[in-house]
Amino acid sequence: MNKSIISLQSIDKDYYVGDITVRALRAIDMEILEGEFAAIMGASGSGKSTLLNILGCLDKPTNGKYKLDNEPINELNKNQLAHIRNQKIGFIFQSYNLLSKTSALKNVELPLLYNNTVNSKERRERALKALESVNLLDRMFHMPNQLSGGQQQRVAIARSLVNNPVLILADEPTGNLDTRTSYEIMSLFQELNKQGKTIVLVTHETDIAQFTKRNIIYRDGRILKDQKIGNPKNAKVALENLPAEEGFEERN
Amino acid sequence: MKIINLIKLAIQSILRNKFRSLLTMLGIIIGVASVIAMLAIGEGSKISIEENISSMGSNLIMVFPSGERRGGVSLGSSDSKKLTISDCEKIISQCPSIKSVTPLLQTNGQIISGSSNWPTSLRGANEYYFEITNQGIAKGRSFTSEEIRRSSKVCLIGETVKENIFGENSDPIGEKIRFNKIPFEIIGILESKGQSTFGSDQDDILIVPYTTVQKRILAITSIHQIFTSAISETASEQAVKEIEETLRKAHKLTGSEENDFSIRTQEEIMSMLSSTSQVMTTLLAAIASISLLVGGIGIMNIMYVSVTERTREIGLRSAVGGREQDIMWQFLIESIFMSVTGGIIGIILGISIAFSVSHFMNWPINITVDSIFLAFFFASIIGVFFGWYPARKAAKLDPINALRHE
Repeated sequence: MNKSIISLQSIDKDYYVGDITVRALRAIDMEILEGEFAAIMGASGSGKSTLLNILGCLDKPTNGKYKLDNEPINELNKNQLAHIRNQKIGFIFQSYNLLSKTSALKNVELPLLYNNTVNSKERRERALKALESVNLLDRMFHMPNQLSGGQQQRVAIARSLVNNPVLILADEPTGNLDTRTSYEIMSLFQELNKQGKTIVLVTHETDIAQFTKRNIIYRDGRILKDQKIGNPKNAKVALENLPAEEGFEERN
Repeated sequence: MKIINLIKLAIQSILRNKFRSLLTMLGIIIGVASVIAMLAIGEGSKISIEENISSMGSNLIMVFPSGERRGGVSLGSSDSKKLTISDCEKIISQCPSIKSVTPLLQTNGQIISGSSNWPTSLRGANEYYFEITNQGIAKGRSFTSEEIRRSSKVCLIGETVKENIFGENSDPIGEKIRFNKIPFEIIGILESKGQSTFGSDQDDILIVPYTTVQKRILAITSIHQIFTSAISETASEQAVKEIEETLRKAHKLTGSEENDFSIRTQEEIMSMLSSTSQVMTTLLAAIASISLLVGGIGIMNIMYVSVTERTREIGLRSAVGGREQDIMWQFLIESIFMSVTGGIIGIILGISIAFSVSHFMNWPINITVDSIFLAFFFASIIGVFFGWYPARKAAKLDPINALRHE
């Protein structure tokens, strides 16, 4: 059996808004193994964003135990959490969050800047390799505003790969993209997963979730449904089957 | 994050907003430049005052008669007849810390020679006058004691008098000039001393034997002042005591009676004047420091805006592994870098201002290394002080909220 990457045991998360307690997550148990490609789904308010924050070590659960790659996350302090984020997690955001006026290459290098064991030469090499794996080597000196949405997201994916994380967390990665570009991004995720990357993505779009291997559906802070998809749709094939958009240049 | 990367990051971020960074630094630049220029001008004037005064003879001790009261009316000191030649003689014979003494009489009048005439002041003194007041003789000679004894009609003239009566490149030694209808033979030309600290021309002067003034011009037996020199600068305090004792005895003053004379040393005058210029310097520097402070507030303001503007960037940096102290240092180094760069530019600008002031306005300047270090030090401190709060704000941002910041 593959080793456990994420292990949640009876996780609670409460928010206090004035006198009211909002129970965002209630007794969540969840296990994600190495090599999985899971989609966390749910309507807004279902607790999926809260879960993502906890998985990403940006927030701490009120109760319960969280192990990431066998590290007891709930016992770590702020600096240790920052170290975990740096070493074990790759983040991808809906709005890309690239640094403006900063080249694609420099953007990809960013996480390695916070890793003192990596010197500038190695940093450059690893960033180039990450850009190569998203097929953007020819755009490495472009600034974010010179790139299309899909290209920007691919730079963000390269950034999430550069520190060789055990887990890639993607928060609505296709939320700002059109269907065609979304499929391209999903195809990239499928490829990365094939290479052994563990990916968890949050989405509310079912047609995006169908490209993953496991769908976990949340409602009101609980897991409503957790189903494995034996034979997920191939994003590359789906892309080819999309009707050609007349009068539009193909993006990328 | 490594310090070198933090510095690179700061430079990148400053260069990304060149114009804004320049405007921010301008406050520091102006502050530092004005501190340096003001201190240079203040120090320069202090030094020139000191030089000026010590050019009058640094061991000089002056004795003036105090104003007297007659029938309840205070009279000015100039008409006092309290100091006499016998006082001079007693000082030189009874005060071991005194090297030389000269009586001094002063009057004003018109000099006439041929068709030229010039108003000037006349001083009567003995042959020690030149040594006591550090007055060199450019050409010719001083009086002899014989000339003093005989109240000879000889004189030494200052540069200004010479120029106005005889012209610049003349050699008037041996010529005759008349002062109050009395003909004097010129036996020497005084070395030029330039303007005094008080702005009067020290070369506009005629020096004659004091006996001549007493007998032939003013017809008095008293003298106006006594100039003496102590044997050394350190002995001047002792010399003052000795003079006071001798004169009190000579004037038969007992116990509680006030001195009918006053004694002033060169040192007192120097410290009085330099304390005035010290106050001016401090005042100027204080005003300049305020602009430095305002510059610091400018930095704080911009850093504050910058933190707000870059909230998402801060969230992202936090998400990819930036610790609180990494974020804090990033912003702190940025503000320190701006204030230090501003400080360096300010130092260069301040020095240039000081030099142009000395060049175009002929003011004395003195740029001290201390003032440069002081200004630089304060600029850096301001960077830390005013950068700290915005940097801390950045570090304490919640990454979740920061990432969602619009």
